[in-house]
Amino acid sequence: MENKNMKTLTAKDLQQVSTASRVMGILVKIGTYAFLIAMALIVLFPFYWMIISSLKSTAEYRRNIPTFWPEQFVFANYAQAFEEGNLWQLFKNTAFVGVVSTILSLVITILSAFAFARLEFKGKDLMFGALLATMMIPGELFTITNYLTVTNLKWIDTFAALIVPFLVSVFYIYLLKQNFMQIPNELYLAAKVDGTSDLKYLWKVMIPLALPTLISITILKMMGAWNSYIWPKLVTKKESMMLVTNGLRNAFTSVDGQANIPVQMAAVAIVSAPLFMVFLFLRKYIMAGVSRSGIKG
Amino acid sequence: MVESKHQWKAWLYLSPAIILLLVFTVWPIINTVAMAFQNNYTAGLGTAKGVKIAYEIGVENFVNVLQYENFGQILKNTMLLCVATVPISTVLALLIAVALNSIRPLQKFLQTIFFLPYVTNSIAIGMVFAAMFNIIGLREGNTVADTWGIINNAIMLFGGKPINWINQGSTYWANMVVMIVYIVWNALPFKILVLLGGLQSINKQYYEAARVDGTSRRRILTRITVPLLSPMIAYVVITGFIGGFKEYSSIVGIFGDTMGPKSEPGRLNTMVGFIYDSLNAGTIGAQGKASAAALLLFGIILVVTMINLQVSKKRVHY
Repeated sequence: MENKNMKTLTAKDLQQVSTASRVMGILVKIGTYAFLIAMALIVLFPFYWMIISSLKSTAEYRRNIPTFWPEQFVFANYAQAFEEGNLWQLFKNTAFVGVVSTILSLVITILSAFAFARLEFKGKDLMFGALLATMMIPGELFTITNYLTVTNLKWIDTFAALIVPFLVSVFYIYLLKQNFMQIPNELYLAAKVDGTSDLKYLWKVMIPLALPTLISITILKMMGAWNSYIWPKLVTKKESMMLVTNGLRNAFTSVDGQANIPVQMAAVAIVSAPLFMVFLFLRKYIMAGVSRSGIKG
Repeated sequence: MVESKHQWKAWLYLSPAIILLLVFTVWPIINTVAMAFQNNYTAGLGTAKGVKIAYEIGVENFVNVLQYENFGQILKNTMLLCVATVPISTVLALLIAVALNSIRPLQKFLQTIFFLPYVTNSIAIGMVFAAMFNIIGLREGNTVADTWGIINNAIMLFGGKPINWINQGSTYWANMVVMIVYIVWNALPFKILVLLGGLQSINKQYYEAARVDGTSRRRILTRITVPLLSPMIAYVVITGFIGGFKEYSSIVGIFGDTMGPKSEPGRLNTMVGFIYDSLNAGTIGAQGKASAAALLLFGIILVVTMINLQVSKKRVHY
């Protein structure tokens, strides 16, 4: 009897509570979406402004009341940006530095990670600890001496100066070593029994299994080449050797006065486009790599 | 036999990494410390004539850095940017991450949008921000302009007065506001990514238990989400401070190499900017000064990180 009474009471109660909480829930949902969409629009606004400004004529850009969609699409801005910023040359330099340094860096990283993950040798732990310790030191400390070293080697205005000092990344070695360690040792021993050489085993087994990490490293390294500013600025004096970021800042310096902002924005859009493309296609790898590294580039 | 062969092989595989690290990582650490403690060390001085200069050992480089007339300003800029941008971007990123975590439809899409600023070039997009704040063609006692810039247009739409943000004659605080907005915009994606990853790994049972108890949403946020997320929050705060003390290229992005409006070059210079200015100065003692400044920066970052870790030891629930 009593039990039955309880049941009806709770059912009624629950219904009341659930309508109230459902209304509340919907309001919270609406608020959440409104907040997120507002923030997303703020985040996107600079990109939107860059693109529409890059397509305006100078006269339209300078109008007192801004237009939010170009009245006339001035694609000539892009051609002018290419020419004025010497962007082809910058793209070629950056792509060359990016590709060469990525390939060499991958080879070095794979070999080191393999040694740390699979081979036994004296002082392994000490060595690895020492490597990790260097990660705590800010890059500015290295840059000063490296600049002097590169100058002494007469590497100023050469690709070597842009590539060699940054080939080894302790973080990537660490990342790949962790990944290699997850591959069962039995596979390696079995391969040894079959007489497979280390390099063949690396190439046939470990690299395919660690591919996602390797792709993350590749993308972060390429992004690094694309975005680096301080070091290329130090070691390149000739315009023909500059990388894209320096060239961009160099060619379109003036903030004040008569700057042709539409052309500037076109140049910025051209420079940003490749990274966006890469991001759209390889989002998963970039986000996985970044959340583990915490470094830009 | 097999063992010794492996030993030899391991070192062979490691050799490219070790050689490069010795030249470009280990040697720089030693050499930079050495340069910092040799009074007025100047790279290449005398080498052309084959003379080896014996420098006195001392702390004069550090004294030179500290006595540099603009050092106070540089330290103030660096600190201000850190103290302002880290809390703002962390709180904002936390709110966005919590909101993102609570929705299903559009989650992936919005997450991608919030990550977009990360894949940009901080110099290039700095130029876009500069254009948004830039006033062109200012005339007649600073009252008429060709274009006030889209930010000022928005301010005027809401009845405010246009502000000279970055042009000649702009105030220090206006410049700072622009820098803070830009740095926060730039810092959000990484923080959102890390915090959202942390949120998604929180055990759902905590929330179910809270729901059974009828806990309010705010209590769930402050008593469950934030404590369980605290290691991730500590991580983004610490990396945020480290990044903040090394702020440089975002300022170049907006103001160019002048590190300030045309009328006030160097007004927004930071520690890193100071190191590179010294390195390239070509004056006597330039490299010693740069090395000393780099060591000082390292010291500051170390102390701040220690404080951060100490605070998080008390607050973070692992």
